[in-house]
Formats: sequence, structure tokens, C-alpha cells
Amino acid sequence: MSEKQPVHQTSQHPVYEELYHSDDFRELRKRYGAFAFPWTIAFLAWYLLYVLMSNWATGFMNTKIVGHINVALVFGLLQFVTTFAIAWLYARHARTHLDPLAAKLKARYDEEIAK
Amino acid sequence: MSSQTLTTVMFLLVVALTVGITFWASRQGSGTTDYYSGGRSFSGFQNGMAISGDYMSAASFLGISGAIALYGYDGFLYSIGFLVAWLIALLLVAELLRNSGRYTMADQLAYRMRQRPVRTAAATSTVIVSIFYLLAQMVGAGSLVALLLGVSSESLKNLTIVGVGLLMIFYVTVGGMRGTTWVQIVKAVLLMAGTVLITILVLAKFGFNISDLLGAAADNTGKGEAFLQPGLKYGVSGTSKLDFVSLALALVLGTAGLPHILIRFYTVPTAKDARTSVLWAIGLIGAFYLMTLALGFGAAALLDTSEGSKVQASGGNLASPLLAQAVGGGEGSTGGALLLAIISAVAFATILAVVAGLTLTSASSVAHDLYANVIKKGTASEKDEVKVARISAFLIGGVAIALAIPAQKLNIAFLVALAFAVAASANLPSLVFNLFWRRFNTRGATWAIYGGLIASVGLVFFSPVVSGGPTSLFVNHDWSWFPLSNPGIVSIPAGFLLGILGTLTSKEPEAEAAHDELVVRALTGAGAEAATSH
Repeated sequence: MSEKQPVHQTSQHPVYEELYHSDDFRELRKRYGAFAFPWTIAFLAWYLLYVLMSNWATGFMNTKIVGHINVALVFGLLQFVTTFAIAWLYARHARTHLDPLAAKLKARYDEEIAK
Repeated sequence: MSSQTLTTVMFLLVVALTVGITFWASRQGSGTTDYYSGGRSFSGFQNGMAISGDYMSAASFLGISGAIALYGYDGFLYSIGFLVAWLIALLLVAELLRNSGRYTMADQLAYRMRQRPVRTAAATSTVIVSIFYLLAQMVGAGSLVALLLGVSSESLKNLTIVGVGLLMIFYVTVGGMRGTTWVQIVKAVLLMAGTVLITILVLAKFGFNISDLLGAAADNTGKGEAFLQPGLKYGVSGTSKLDFVSLALALVLGTAGLPHILIRFYTVPTAKDARTSVLWAIGLIGAFYLMTLALGFGAAALLDTSEGSKVQASGGNLASPLLAQAVGGGEGSTGGALLLAIISAVAFATILAVVAGLTLTSASSVAHDLYANVIKKGTASEKDEVKVARISAFLIGGVAIALAIPAQKLNIAFLVALAFAVAASANLPSLVFNLFWRRFNTRGATWAIYGGLIASVGLVFFSPVVSGGPTSLFVNHDWSWFPLSNPGIVSIPAGFLLGILGTLTSKEPEAEAAHDELVVRALTGAGAEAATSH
């Protein structure tokens, strides 16, 4: 496996432009973006809310819920829960909505390259 | 057998085990893909373990539980940022990088940009981030060994640093990525097993009632309910609150820009495996941080953490090992000595696995980016490239040893937080822009990297961390004007802004045209590097 080209310059192979402008790829990009961007904004906002409240909403955060367990602890643990949940949602989204399209496009690429 | 002897024996066992693994791994293949990426032949689960092993450093294991033991709730704030950060890696980075890069962080940038300037910039920030992180681990190793063996001599600390340095050079030069990965997998198993064991023993003391554990911690520290509430460490003043926001930003945005984490995504055959590995990592790291709550509050409840206590004197770093001793039956008991030795050895293994990953990352970047592509312009043979990577590992290890010895005064958690701030300011902007902004170009990338780097390191230099304060590096001088010890709140926006500014003040049609190819490749895996078969 020796390299002829300087590594990692673009191949300039026309197949990439062809795939880029295909309907399947447009759809793949749309589906990826529709999940990744809103969720990134959402979990960052949720995390920042937690940080800001730890600083400036101590009265609320210090409210006891049961025994020695207060709102701050539950809020912190909720960050764990949402992280696990978003990771799980993304895995499901990628498996059902992204992987099949990506595999189809990759097969088209392999076919073109083999020609 | 005395506690010290037992601990020493356990340390030697860890060293023997990891050295054995490295020799075994070194016989599995010798090309560049083997050396840099372990042949891309690890499964998603194996890589998830290795990522956890690479990520959960001494700062996590000893630092967070220690911070909780001393400051209560505020110690917990670290682990939340460290965990949430993984969603950025999962959603925006891991799979796309696996599909479009090859060995280093710079590969993906070089795909669109003029190679020499962006590779030089990315290699510079890779080495700087890794060195800060390395220093933290090595300083931690020095104080851990000295405190555990009950000798506080400077020469023993220095000897430990040199020993750890030599070991990491050995892992990386002999084992390459394959050896380093297995060391990290073994460490992750040891760390999780040790943490589960101590967590169960601590919880059992309180009848598995979390509220009772928290109550005991509040009572024993004498701080009452305030110990369970935010504010003991960061709520002191307006400045400290702002410092906390700055730290929180660096933690959550830094992970996905840490070079030693990024190159782990290249060790699996496909992007789907990269996704699987991050999912495992999130599960393992999340579970681990939940357990550090039990360790930290357990230490606060069961140990003496007042002024002058051993826990306080070690800055919290000894909370976990001493807690292990306490739940094993206390000082002088066989159970206590055994558990102390086991947990100390786990902490030692933790440090070794992390320093190996960091050294490998820097060496790879120097060899692949600077030597093979900037100096040799892509004409170096594979054999030469691997040889240069091995030599670089020696040099970087040497530099790290030389810097770690005088750096022992620095706080471990601070050094790690600084590495995160630099990663978030210098690396994340160009990684994100490169994939998602068609207009982005070479000047934007280099301005973002150098600008983020200079802003983050520069602000720290002019902060009370370095001069002017009672705990500064230079106590008798004062050139500080930046009030915060965490630069992220200024340097991260600066990195992004400079990326935008550099891009808009120059035009590079080639970079824009290459965007289409990069995006197709990143999202579909068309043309992505395949695994080598042996």
C-alpha cells in the first residue's frame, strides 16, 4: 500500500461531484443536519442552564427534595440521564435514517471507482 | 508484608503486565497504519474501552473524587462537563473524522487546505495540548508514588517522573498504537473493577442509602448542608463564578478537540465502529463519574479531611486510595493494606495508559504531519516515517520529563483544564468549520489554530495562576491583568472569530471546491481508509 499522491489532497475524482449533487446525498445531509445541529444546540443550552443556575440560582438549587438529596444533585444527575438519552437517540437515528443511505452512496462510489 | 511493600509489588505487577502487552503487540505488524492506527482493526467495543482508558486520567480518578471530598458538590461539576462533552464528539466529530482523515487531526484539514501551513499549525497545537496534559499526569505520578510509599523526598519524586517517562517512551516506540491501545484497554478494566469494588464497599457502609451517605459527609466535614450545595469552591465571589463558567465551557468544548482522543477514531475499520466506540465510551465514562460521587462523598464521610489531614495535604489526590484503605478495614489491617495497594496500582496504571496515548499522539503528529508531509512533501518511505515517529517519541518523552520536574508545584487539575481550554480554543473551531462551512480556507484554519493557542496560553500567562497570587508560580512578581485562571470564556470565542476573520479576508477557490468531496467522503465513507488485514 504505497502512496503515489501526496496524502490527503482531494482526489478530484468526478464521482464525488456526481454523488454530491445526487438526491440521495442531499437527503442524507438533510437528515444528518436535522438531528445533529438542533440537538447540539439543545444539549449545550441545557448544560449551560445547569452551570448558570449552579452559580446564580442557589436558592432553588439548594431546595431539599428528600432526605439530604437536593435539587442541585438531581439536576446534575439529570445531565447524565439526558447525555445517555441523546446518545441513544442518535444511535437509533443513525442506524435507521443515515446508515442505509450512506451505504447506498458508498456502493455507487465503489462501482464508479471499479470501472 | 507491610503496606509499602505490598504497594510496591502491585506497582511492579502493573509495570510487568503492560510491558508484556507491549512486547506482544510489537510483533503484530510494522507499517505506518499499524504504528499510527493499530491496523484499524479494533472493534467498536475494544476502542470504546481504550477511549475510556485514554480519557479517564489521574485528574479524573484522583482529582475529581478528591475535589468532591474537599469541596463537596462543586467537585461534581467537573465530571458533568467531562461527560456532556462526549455528545459533541458523537454527533459532530467521530464518524466524520474517521471517514475523512487518516492518522492525525491535521489529515482532515489537509484534505481541503494547503497542506504545509495547516499541518504545521495543527502539529504545533497537538504537541502543546499533549505536553500540558502529559505534565499533569507526570506530576500526579510523582506525588502519588511519594505519598504512597511514605517518602516525601524530592529525589524519589523526580525518580518516579523519570521512570514514568521511560516507560511511556518504551510503550510508544515498541508497541505503537496497537500496544498503547491494549495498555489502555487493560487499564480501563482495572479502573472500572477497582472503582466498582470501592463504591460497593462504601455504599454498603451506609446500607445503600445515598441520602445517609450524603448526610454523613455533611456531618463529618463539619460544613453541614452547604457541603451538598453548589458554591463552596466557585461561589466565593463574582470572579470565581465567572471563572467557573469559563472552566465549564472549556470542559464541554475541549474533549472533541483533544488530539489524543481524535486519533483513537482511526483505530476502527469503519465510521459505524467509531460511533459504537463513542457510545461505549459514554456508557463507561458516565458510569465511572457516577461512582466518583460515591468515592468523593464516601471519603468526606469516612476520612479526616480537615486542615492538616493527609487528604487535605495532598490536595485531595489521596482521597480515593485512603478511602480504599478505610473501607478495607483501616490502617494496619491486612484488608486495608491490600485495598490501598490495589487502588494505588490502579491509579498508577491509569497514569501510564494516559501518558502513553499522549506521547503516541505527539510523536505521530510530528512524524506524519511535520516530517512526512511538510519537510519531505509526501516522499518519505513508510519505514522512514515510522522511524521518525519512534525518534519523536523519545524526544517528546525527554521534553516532558525535563518540564515535569520543575512543574511539580503546579496543580494537576489546573494543567488538565488548561489542556482542555487550548483544545477547545485552537482545535475545535477549525475541525467544525472545515466540515460545515464551505467558504472556510487555509488562512481561516491557521488563524483559528494559532489565534486560539496564543489567546488561551497567553491569558493564562497573564493570570493569577502564573504571577501575583499567593498560589502563583511566581509569588514575588506580578504581571497579571487577566483575572480568571481559566481562559476559555475569552479564548474559545477568539478562536472561532479568528477562523471567521481569516476566512473572510482571503479567497481560496480550491478549498471551497474541495469541500464537496470532503463532505461526501465524511458522510458516506466513500474512499475512506480501510483496515489492513493480517
